[in-house]
Amino acid sequence: MSDQATFAEQAMPFMSSLYSAALRMTRNPSDAEDLVQETYLKAYRGFGGFQEGTNLKAWLYRILTNTYINAYRAKKRRFDETELDEVEDLYLYRRLGGLEAVAAGRSAEDELMDWFTDIEVKEAIEALPEQFRVAVLLADVEGFSYKEIAEILDIPIGTVMSRLHRGRKALQKALYSFAASRGLTERVAPPSGADGDDVSGPEPVTVGGPRSGDDPPSDGSGSGATAGPTE
Amino acid sequence: MTDLPDNDEHAGHDHGNCDEALHELYTFLDGELTDESRMRIRTHLDDCSPCLEVFDFEAELRIVIKQKCTDQVPDNLRQRIFDSLGAADHAPGAAARPGGPE
Repeated sequence: MSDQATFAEQAMPFMSSLYSAALRMTRNPSDAEDLVQETYLKAYRGFGGFQEGTNLKAWLYRILTNTYINAYRAKKRRFDETELDEVEDLYLYRRLGGLEAVAAGRSAEDELMDWFTDIEVKEAIEALPEQFRVAVLLADVEGFSYKEIAEILDIPIGTVMSRLHRGRKALQKALYSFAASRGLTERVAPPSGADGDDVSGPEPVTVGGPRSGDDPPSDGSGSGATAGPTE
Repeated sequence: MTDLPDNDEHAGHDHGNCDEALHELYTFLDGELTDESRMRIRTHLDDCSPCLEVFDFEAELRIVIKQKCTDQVPDNLRQRIFDSLGAADHAPGAAARPGGPE
């Protein structure tokens, strides 16, 4: 079997997920197409350096994100992490889930799936500052492990967890504003309870943030990405 | 300290476990906990419906996000890419690719 056929057979199945990721990154269909095409070309050229049996998907995503960073993000040099406001934990749950929703008559037929359109979810992700956007889409859309994300982005696992923690909260806040603008929240009681307390439900605790002494992520995820071409 | 309802369901219930469980919410959903930690939280969720509700909500939200972030690959993109791989094979310098598949 020729190199090209082998590569095509193994790598082409990832095209639609790579394309979706490219759309979230570039926020522009034309750029996304170019990005995916460039990714495949680089992957093909470097395929000889890819170790059979290791994580091809992660390897492709590493090429995708490196290509994006080098080619499409060139204009933006400064970090925009500071642009992300602090958002409370369980932002959506406190407003749309749990006891509030039940009290307001949310029925069993009210599926969370029906609350947001595809476009809203995509826009909410695309509204995230880039570092958080990429981490969230790698974890929540593509299902990569912390270790895989760390290797794809070439950052420490702790940074992965921190970006996911903050990015997910920001995502929930963005989703809530969509729900609010469509009037969904009128069907649900406002956050304050009858006795004037803040939202009922579990006490605010730090959700998911890294803390000292915690075990590092458990082993068991597949072998990580081998280094892709970084041209 | 906690807003959890103080009824029979929670009699003798250590609310510190709720703090721990909620703290690990994302690492749990991300499948990043050790077996031991995961079991500990599962045991807590078996006993604590408020925490279970939060976990269920967040798990469902994750599914919603994943399912709604799909896009149709433009028809011509697949072909364009395939064509450009073929062109790469015939481009000058293409033969210099290191090694081959194992």
